[in-house]
Amino acid sequence: MRAYIPSYDLRIPGSLTEALGLLAREPGIWQPFAGGTDLMVLLEAGKLSHKRFLSLSKLADLRGIEVTSDSVILGALTTYTEIQRHSVLQAEFPLLCAAARETGSIATQNRGTLGGNIVNASPAADSPPALLVYDAEIELISERGVHWLPYHGFHTDYKKMHLAPDELLRAIRLPRRAKPWRQYYRKVGTRKAQAISKVCFAGAAQMEAGTIRDIRIALGSVAPIVLRAVKTEDALRGAKLGPEIIARAKETLAREISPIDDIRSTARYRLRVTQNLLEEFLSHLGR
Amino acid sequence: MCVGDTVSKIDIECRVNGKLSRLQAYPMARLLDILREELHLTGTKEGCGEGECGACAVLMNGAIVNSCLIPAVEADGEEIRTIEGIASGAQLHAVQDAFLECGGAQCGICTPGMVIAAVALIDRHPHPGDAEIREGLAGNLCRCTGYQKIFAAVVRACEAADTPLSGNR
Repeated sequence: MRAYIPSYDLRIPGSLTEALGLLAREPGIWQPFAGGTDLMVLLEAGKLSHKRFLSLSKLADLRGIEVTSDSVILGALTTYTEIQRHSVLQAEFPLLCAAARETGSIATQNRGTLGGNIVNASPAADSPPALLVYDAEIELISERGVHWLPYHGFHTDYKKMHLAPDELLRAIRLPRRAKPWRQYYRKVGTRKAQAISKVCFAGAAQMEAGTIRDIRIALGSVAPIVLRAVKTEDALRGAKLGPEIIARAKETLAREISPIDDIRSTARYRLRVTQNLLEEFLSHLGR
Repeated sequence: MCVGDTVSKIDIECRVNGKLSRLQAYPMARLLDILREELHLTGTKEGCGEGECGACAVLMNGAIVNSCLIPAVEADGEEIRTIEGIASGAQLHAVQDAFLECGGAQCGICTPGMVIAAVALIDRHPHPGDAEIREGLAGNLCRCTGYQKIFAAVVRACEAADTPLSGNR
């Protein structure tokens, strides 16, 4: 059933100071609203229980992509379209561009934001696996101050995260790497386009004469949060690539994830596909 | 602003198809409903109402968006172009001409959104490749045509746009 529209408020603060003031005075009352591509779907379905929202759309402090010598800093309101069109992101962070390109339709990519994808906290979100692989950091801001923290660990459980009710996610920082990494991204859904993932896999590795010098693996849709597969990474780091290590890594990964049966897929299918994607990723590294 | 469990309508001012529109709406009212019910621009259709089908697509500041996912207050101060603003008077846009020529429309529900998607695509890529056309239309579902004629219409529109006097691009 559709929601009763007059019962919902959407306030548009003109400045970051005004927004943070409102969040500080009435914590928990106002929920941030970025591109709205998830929240409006819930509204339409009559499933949006929260009633008061704070639109971030006019907050210039949350926009823009800044490139420095050692990092790229994306404002939380950076859209999927802006990500795809940015030359430095294309060259150095292709997994994030691939994720942006596979998120919904172009109409969704024009509205949906990176910050919204993080704070909406869906375990099936497309960009967080890429952010984990890139060791992203995030900036939280409130009247109490500003602090940066690693994105890895930000989500603690299904839809739970280290974000106080008076805080906003302001920016996402991606450290630039001196040496190029081999990178892999694959999203498996019901269709090739316009589908929410059954499994989403992002990986990056540094190879040296057939040995995995360093590796990062992150997965969506196979746990209550988007997962960095640290145990699988540990099993692979320093190893010489070959069939045995690949088989061992697949076993480790099976123990590390906790896929479930839901409307989009089954635990069994997700496990098998996740292992296959790991194998595909590792096979690419051997080439 | 809150009175009991409901909020008041607020003033919204936006430019729709080049014309300044001033209206009042609940903050979370959908742009789709504002266009259809307040401004009587019923060319924009509602399909799924959840951002999947593209029937409600419009251009907002030149970029394609699904109007079912845009709250009214977010349209304040913005420039909206609907299917009614694609032709110049009686002169159809090259995309519209091509849809007629190629039989790109059947029942018509997806057509306004398809035309908007095609216009958005061609504005950005005047000479799109096959993959770009598919990607440009991927957010718009059609249950009648099987897509081939729509695809052909976009190809035709790009050819037509290369010859002058073919449309208002």
